[in-house]
Amino acid sequence: MSRSRKLTSGVKQSLPHDSAHKHVSGEALYIDDIPEPPGTLFAAFGMSEKAHAEITGINLSKAKAAPGVVAVAAAEDIPGDNNCAPVFGDDPIFAEALVEYVGQSIFAVAAETVEQARRAARLGRVTFKERKPVVTIDEAMAAKSFILPPYTMQRGQSSRALSRAKHRIQGRVEIGGQDQFYLEGHIALAVPQEDGDMVIYSSSQNPSEVQHLVAHALGLSSNAVTVEVRRMGGGFGGKETQPALYACIAAVLARKTGRPVKARVDRDDDMIMTGKRHEFVTTWDVGFDDRGRIEGIEFDLAARCGMSADLSLAICDRAMFHSDNAYYLSNVTIVSHRCKTNTVSNTAFRGFGGPQGMVGIERVMDEIAFTLGLDPLDVRRANLYGGKGRNITPYHMTVEDNVLPELFDELEKTSRYRKRRREIESWNRTSPVLKRGISLTPVKFGISFTTTFLNQAGALVHVYNDGSVHLNHGGTEMGPGLFVKVAQIVAEEFQIDVDRVKITATNTGKVPNTSATAASSGTDMNGMAAKNGARTIRDRMAAFAADMGGCRKAEVVWGYDAIRAGKKRFTFAELTKAAYLGRVQLSAAGFYATPKIHYDRDKATGRPFYYFAYGASVSEVMIDTLTGEYKVLRTDILHDVGESINPAMDIGQIEGGFLQGMGWLTMEELWWDKAGNLKTHAPSTYKIPAASDWPEKFDVRIFERGRNKEATIHRSKAVGEPPLMLAISVFSAIGDALAGACGHQISPDLNAPATPEEVLLTLEDMRARLSAGAGLAEAAE
Amino acid sequence: MTSVRFVFGGKVVALDGIDPNMTVLSWLRTKVNKIGTKEGCAEGDCGACTVVLGELTQESGRERIRYRAVNACILFVAALDGKQLIVVEDLRQADGALHPVQQAMVDLHGSQCGFCTPGFVMSLFAMYRSEGQPDRARVNDVIAGNLCRCTGYRPIVDAAMAAYDGGRADQFSRRERQTVELLKSIARTETETLALEGAGRRYFAPVTEDALADLVKAHPEATLVAGGTDVGIWVTKHHQDLETVIHVGGVRDMDFVREVDGSMEIGAATTYTDAVHAIAGQYPDFGELIRRIGSVQIRNAGTIGGNVANGSPIGDSMPGLIALGATLVLRLGKQKRVLPLDQFYPGYRQTALKPGEYLSAIRVPLSQPGRHFHTYKISKRFDQDISAVCGAYCLDIAGGQVTRARVAYGGMAATPARAPQCEGALTGLAWTEDAVPVAMRALAQDFAPMDDMRATARYRLAVAQNLLQRLYLDIEGGAPTVLAPEASGQGMGA
Ligand SMILES: Cc1cc2nc3c(=O)[nH]c(=O)nc-3n(C[C@H](O)[C@H](O)[C@H](O)COP(=O)(O)OP(=O)(O)OC[C@H]3O[C@@H](n4cnc5c(N)ncnc54)[C@H](O)[C@@H]3O)c2cc1C
Ligand code: FES
Ligand code: FES
Repeated sequence: MSRSRKLTSGVKQSLPHDSAHKHVSGEALYIDDIPEPPGTLFAAFGMSEKAHAEITGINLSKAKAAPGVVAVAAAEDIPGDNNCAPVFGDDPIFAEALVEYVGQSIFAVAAETVEQARRAARLGRVTFKERKPVVTIDEAMAAKSFILPPYTMQRGQSSRALSRAKHRIQGRVEIGGQDQFYLEGHIALAVPQEDGDMVIYSSSQNPSEVQHLVAHALGLSSNAVTVEVRRMGGGFGGKETQPALYACIAAVLARKTGRPVKARVDRDDDMIMTGKRHEFVTTWDVGFDDRGRIEGIEFDLAARCGMSADLSLAICDRAMFHSDNAYYLSNVTIVSHRCKTNTVSNTAFRGFGGPQGMVGIERVMDEIAFTLGLDPLDVRRANLYGGKGRNITPYHMTVEDNVLPELFDELEKTSRYRKRRREIESWNRTSPVLKRGISLTPVKFGISFTTTFLNQAGALVHVYNDGSVHLNHGGTEMGPGLFVKVAQIVAEEFQIDVDRVKITATNTGKVPNTSATAASSGTDMNGMAAKNGARTIRDRMAAFAADMGGCRKAEVVWGYDAIRAGKKRFTFAELTKAAYLGRVQLSAAGFYATPKIHYDRDKATGRPFYYFAYGASVSEVMIDTLTGEYKVLRTDILHDVGESINPAMDIGQIEGGFLQGMGWLTMEELWWDKAGNLKTHAPSTYKIPAASDWPEKFDVRIFERGRNKEATIHRSKAVGEPPLMLAISVFSAIGDALAGACGHQISPDLNAPATPEEVLLTLEDMRARLSAGAGLAEAAE
Repeated sequence: MTSVRFVFGGKVVALDGIDPNMTVLSWLRTKVNKIGTKEGCAEGDCGACTVVLGELTQESGRERIRYRAVNACILFVAALDGKQLIVVEDLRQADGALHPVQQAMVDLHGSQCGFCTPGFVMSLFAMYRSEGQPDRARVNDVIAGNLCRCTGYRPIVDAAMAAYDGGRADQFSRRERQTVELLKSIARTETETLALEGAGRRYFAPVTEDALADLVKAHPEATLVAGGTDVGIWVTKHHQDLETVIHVGGVRDMDFVREVDGSMEIGAATTYTDAVHAIAGQYPDFGELIRRIGSVQIRNAGTIGGNVANGSPIGDSMPGLIALGATLVLRLGKQKRVLPLDQFYPGYRQTALKPGEYLSAIRVPLSQPGRHFHTYKISKRFDQDISAVCGAYCLDIAGGQVTRARVAYGGMAATPARAPQCEGALTGLAWTEDAVPVAMRALAQDFAPMDDMRATARYRLAVAQNLLQRLYLDIEGGAPTVLAPEASGQGMGA
């Protein structure tokens, strides 16, 4: 009998991904794999070739007449709002009078085949009167071109502290953007229904937003549109707001033709048309004492937002929220500029501005160390949050759960950091061409949407009278194993095997008004909502069992597929059947709203985060001073996931996040020409890490003492975004190797991505600075 | 022959009137509802579309099947003729159990979003069928053409190795004899040129070179396709219509590497995979360079002939071939001529081929004592990337002096090109460390490279010059690089 055993597929188990067997067999259905309804048409897009221009004419007659074409649509064909922006209403579905980036959609074509549609789209003729484009951050700053007003966070008196500090340095780092490069490109399938309703299958992290925007584009209310998404082939933030464009286009064409329309975008067009991680130029002015402890600091963060606001307000805010990373900044001013450029509107990407914020302060740590001749690790330690009065962030939140001092101790030991640093120094002295570098960097990442109202989630749980469970919630599955984790939580709640919990596609008809699966919050929020739903049903079942067994509800013992009430014993299925016959409601909606959080944006104070996730990593790299090529020799990671719900999935997030971060900071280069054309818009030119880029030696551990101080779902911590920033240790180690190549006499002005070119040219500049310096010294003698 | 025949799902499939421009990926997904194979880029760079081809081959006197992974997104359906096509849906065992590579991927958490997964599974399956237990470096090479944005690859590499735990038998090895018979039943004889018409376009696939020569002469306007790794992209990305296609890839007597008069001769239809071993035997550096051209999938389809004929300024094999003094055998009808490769490119993406003429073979002088050859590729990513700069050097050194120098670069000019100033400066110079700055200065006279998305002019020139330093170290006993730091005898403490 099963009764004596324990549940082995609940929480804290390394279960495989619920779809793993379908992934490997090709049976997992993505939107392009769903059998197309009869009569489905295929869409293709007419895009702007200019970065900034007035539209003087649109002639679609040739496109309309092309073989297979059933309809074309432009702005005037939109029945409702010509808008697919998430917040500020500033992203037209089809440009009308003005185009503001190369790739902006102007019209679309629906044809019988994909190929016919794509060919026809090339026949649309649009004429332009060009205006001067603003492409780079520097150009935008010079032209005072901003999409949103600047924003400041402040604590203490930075300028006074700076002028009093014993040491003071200034610096600048340019941080490149990053394409999400989900393997499955954007896609939406719109299927017309009776009454003009629309069902949309969308590869979206945010089905509710797609629902609302499609409804308004069609001039309908939200209840006329249903959006479903079973899974995405990756999202990484790139499918938080961007899917709406394709869903709206598919819906407009479907409305116009009365036929289903699939809008699937080719990889190059996807990369040209959709937003990416924001580029930043960060400058600082920092004052510190002899130990490297920061006394005052001012940061200036300029971000390239692109042509519209999209999520830039929250992203730039999050960069500011993470400009302290793990360090106490007593006198601090952080100013953020949100630059408007004639480039694609930048958007969410794993970390959501946080990574860019952290790169700034981590570079400051390195520069302080190089200035004082200290080990950067000691400077980092000296500045960590902790100790008396040293736990207030620049936005006046108290850090209550810092585990970094412990993490540092453990990682420093297991990685043999000190010994290796000494070895590297002596090795570098004997190696003329190759140089090695090492760095240990921390991550402290705030968990919650900083837009407080988004921190809510819903779930829907049904128990059928055979004891099987149907689980639905507002979260979407883009890869990390959200669905299996939430199923584990429900299995735990009911004490049944997880394979009795059916995981179902996210659907706006089942759970309404959901927030995007983003901000690492998927499991925290949806897991809690599902648990609450399951708990409601379990309570009802327990009450019913108590009646049957003639005991009090509190006396019901709920074990693994075994419920005991007085003398009565039930399996889960037996009790459901009985409860059903006893007319007990076996369906419940669960809801969750994250507690404790609040933020006053006008005053820049509050508690925007429920808690922080922590981690640290040590990376060692080797660079070739002839070519700038490099290799990551070894990375050690220690990461806090609280009490893990599924360690295998969490390790997957840590490893994948790390490599993605490494790609961002090393090889992934978005290259725009002066006219605003993105020239790296396919994997042939835009290089994400391949298998051999993985560090030669790699050790990843989950911090065993990790436990969330807050009452999160099973005391776990979010893990989606934080590990990406573990890769800053690679960037910093490359800088360390460059410093080592110059005898640690000057610090490298290394920008990201640190491509081989960036590494070599930085080294050349350092050497030029050194010999100029030596020349000056000689002249002085 | 007017229909394309191949083995698929245990049966012979014969397709009449198929569009010669249709890719295997599009056929699978839109014509036969095999949706397990994914499109991630449609340009051969992500591997999501990886399928495996089985081909008849002789192994120690026995007929065997050779399994190779290719990119379905840039492979034309017509190129399947005579082969077995295996897709991810075919991998489950007869009883429905997962194939060992699939099971290992599940057990070791090798998938997250799962979109890349079928492609990885197929790359690993091809390896599993073709070779024994790999090490990590080998797996990295096998999956260099498969991108995963979710996992970090570590679990996939683990799965690749663990798949071998239960031996190497599967339904494909068990059915090999039947499949051999099926493949034999569709093998074309020497005289059977496949002549296909579909969607108003024509496609010819001759079996012999004589037939090819006649066809190319008769259709000078035709597009020649060897592996199609360049041509495929003209269709999928540039939306070109190839009205007449002549397939070089299946010409049996152009698929060889042999020694002729002190030269290694490589047939223009020979894939990188088939040529690399012989080339590496002569010039190990060249072998390593070829290992870094594209990916396994690209090298299984692509040819050096196609690389040369395509004439891209950043084609990787040309600098090495030019430095070695390779010559090309060009053929027009029955007429053959031999042209040095360094005279083959009159300008940007132009070749000296006359209408109706094609590339038959490439001749590479054999290695000889006192001759030093090295070639280096510099790119943003080590594996599966296009060069920013590719340098190749062939120096004869006698009595401590450079007696002959040939230096060639890709990525520095509109065509792959020699560096005459640098060559001149080196020739006659004493081979000491002092030669390096002399050669570097001269090189700056040779090229005025460009800024583009792969590199700036400044970097191109700087790195091209510095590679001369690497060359010096290499000839003097092994240049250390980040991939082989031990070359200098410096061990790694870590
Ligand atoms: C993902 C990817 C990665 C790549 N990586 C690299 C790389 O790292 N380095 C590199 O150099 N290249 C790379 N390439 C380009 C390409 O793979 C090579 O140029 C390859 O050698 C082309 O060979 P093929 O047989 O596929 O040529 P095809 O595409 O068949 O033909 C190429 C050209 O040659 C012509 N041609 C072919 N055979 C003949 C002949 N016998 N006579 C006359 N003309 C002929 C064709 O008409 C066409 O113009 C890559 C391509 C892809 C898709
Ligand atoms: S789809 Fe990317 S390689 Fe074929
Ligand atoms: S699992 Fe998502 S791309 Fe590999």
